[in-house]
Amino acid sequence: MSNRINWGRILLISIPFIWLLVLFLLPFLSVFKMSLSDMATAKPPYVPVYDSTAGLAGIWQLITQLDFENYLWLTEDDLYWRSYLSSLKIALISTFITLIIGFPIAYGMAKTPLRWRATLVMLIILPFWTSFLIRIYAWIGILKQEGLLNNFLLYIGVIDQPLIILNTDVAVYIGIVYSYLPFMVLPLYAALEKLDYSLLEAALDLGCSHLKTFWVIIVPLVMPGIYAGCFLVFIPAMGEFVIPDLLGGSSTLMIGKTLWVEFFNNRDWPVSSAVAVVLLLLLIIPIMLFQKMQERELKGQS
Amino acid sequence: MSAHKTAQNDMYSPWLDDSLEPLIRFENVTKKYGDFTAIDNLSLTIYEREFYSLLGPSGCGKTTLMRLLAGFETVSSGKVFIGGVDMSAIAPNKRPVNMMFQSYALFPHMTVAENIAFGLKQEKRSKKEIRKRVDEMLVLVQLEEMAGRKPQQLSGGQKQRVALARSLAKKPKLLLLDEPLGALDKKLREKTQFELMNIQEELGMTFVIVTHDQEEAMTVSSRVAVMDHGKVMQVATPDIIYEMPSSRYIADFIGDVNFIEGHYLETPIDPFSVSSKLTSEENNVTSSTTKLATFSTTSHGQLQANTEKVLTHHEKVWIALRPEKIEISKDKPEADYNMIQGKVWDIAYIGNTSTYHVKLANGTTIKAQRVNRNRLSKRLITWEDDVWLYWNRDASVVLTK
Repeated sequence: MSNRINWGRILLISIPFIWLLVLFLLPFLSVFKMSLSDMATAKPPYVPVYDSTAGLAGIWQLITQLDFENYLWLTEDDLYWRSYLSSLKIALISTFITLIIGFPIAYGMAKTPLRWRATLVMLIILPFWTSFLIRIYAWIGILKQEGLLNNFLLYIGVIDQPLIILNTDVAVYIGIVYSYLPFMVLPLYAALEKLDYSLLEAALDLGCSHLKTFWVIIVPLVMPGIYAGCFLVFIPAMGEFVIPDLLGGSSTLMIGKTLWVEFFNNRDWPVSSAVAVVLLLLLIIPIMLFQKMQERELKGQS
Repeated sequence: MSAHKTAQNDMYSPWLDDSLEPLIRFENVTKKYGDFTAIDNLSLTIYEREFYSLLGPSGCGKTTLMRLLAGFETVSSGKVFIGGVDMSAIAPNKRPVNMMFQSYALFPHMTVAENIAFGLKQEKRSKKEIRKRVDEMLVLVQLEEMAGRKPQQLSGGQKQRVALARSLAKKPKLLLLDEPLGALDKKLREKTQFELMNIQEELGMTFVIVTHDQEEAMTVSSRVAVMDHGKVMQVATPDIIYEMPSSRYIADFIGDVNFIEGHYLETPIDPFSVSSKLTSEENNVTSSTTKLATFSTTSHGQLQANTEKVLTHHEKVWIALRPEKIEISKDKPEADYNMIQGKVWDIAYIGNTSTYHVKLANGTTIKAQRVNRNRLSKRLITWEDDVWLYWNRDASVVLTK
């Protein structure tokens, strides 16, 4: 009985692995190979290219021509590490702002009577029904010099000169926080909804103040939700391209933008591939941290 | 009442002493949630070192009452005093009250020792002092071995003891227990009830317990308050609640009871009646305020009962009879009052006792209970037997509500 191979089970388990193989690992290997190639004025714009007529010898020839030159180049030009650092800074700050805004929203949702909660979750998801790109374009209309925001502020008399927001880092922060807020709110809400509120009463009953109860009871217990929300915002924000391109100015430096310029303007596919590989490696660190955290969480519960 | 008073003289009963200031006082407290009235113009007093039970069906307001004491709810009108201080402006974390929650509400991210220390840490006591107190508490609830465990790694009974230790650690004046033993099985519950009583006595604290389990309330309490629909129906010691319920609701809620409807007769027509037939024993029990009364019933003739109540002629009453106070026999008893004939309809065998459901001529059923002293095979009365039910004049309680 136990020796029989359960094909249905193997098939079921293999689906996600096949998915990852085809849609992640193979493209990644292709990008990685490209990052070890050299730029060339050709089609495709890099060498070496695998010659399928040469067979195994062709593969060997290909491998011998690969090198880490492009990675060396990334360390030599300060544009790249400045882009990485700037991306890191923008991603960290926007994640923090998203957390600060998202937490009260999620808490309010979790405290709302049950019959309203589904509606509120719907409202959080509602923006996804419009294309991401269109929503970012809409922000241009809001933030530009004679846009909605400036007109409104001028009208109510808060300012007498239009604010310059569009094409600055501020606009990028606004765009990222706006776009990724649902990814912060939903995991936080899930964690807060599960929270046993009699624990808060118990803490109060034992003489703990409201503020301290927040720090010693709520925050530790919803930590998994905070981690999940922060990573869901931080990781895509780090590699964001559309928002800095549309809302940011020429001085806004982000690695996604640098990559795009390298790929489309300079047609340097190998270097942009190297940029992408380094970005992926940088992002794997927080992802692994997150995994570790979750493992510990699961162990603590069993 | 006076008979019971004398019997209780040597017991702790501060509610009989008018000079004592109660620890807790509810003054005309009303609590509304929208249109729903959870507590309805309620007044009560609880004294220091009492073990006070709030008993009632779910939704009767007993938990709301407790949450008002803890400060998690505010009154709609009226006042709550603890130790003579009006609590209306005092936040839950500033009250001299600790609560043991029904769900235990143990902090899942803290160890047993950290849970117990939590309240002490809020008081900014020294580390050494906290350690000492936590160790004391662990010994008290016999969980020394478990100090480093997380709540998820404990059994239900252990969690319950941690919750108790945590709520006792600060030595509050008043401990509130919200259905504390609800999640435990019967054996463990009974054992814990006695532990609770011992701890309460040892520490000299005031306990207020919310429960829907009448046996639990009877076992642990100095006094029981039976609640219904936001009102207190009766407050008394467990024996008075059981033996002298003030209304049919109480009699029915606590234990098993038979009701026989009747009317008071000022001058009994029955030739057998009254004084000369009273045995000397019964005369001793009945005090001066208690007198023998006769009632006419539609299908059981005239019944007699001793009662303190002042009744008017033809007033409608219910005679409440506990099943264990009714005798059952196949032979006609010698007495010449309070006898009903019927047929055994059903027998509920519980092990130590059997309850006989006896169907009467008019179709109603009366329950009579007997202790099973003999083995089952030697049982004298069985299904379909014609039996006599009879009881003495002190066995019943006459109720007008």
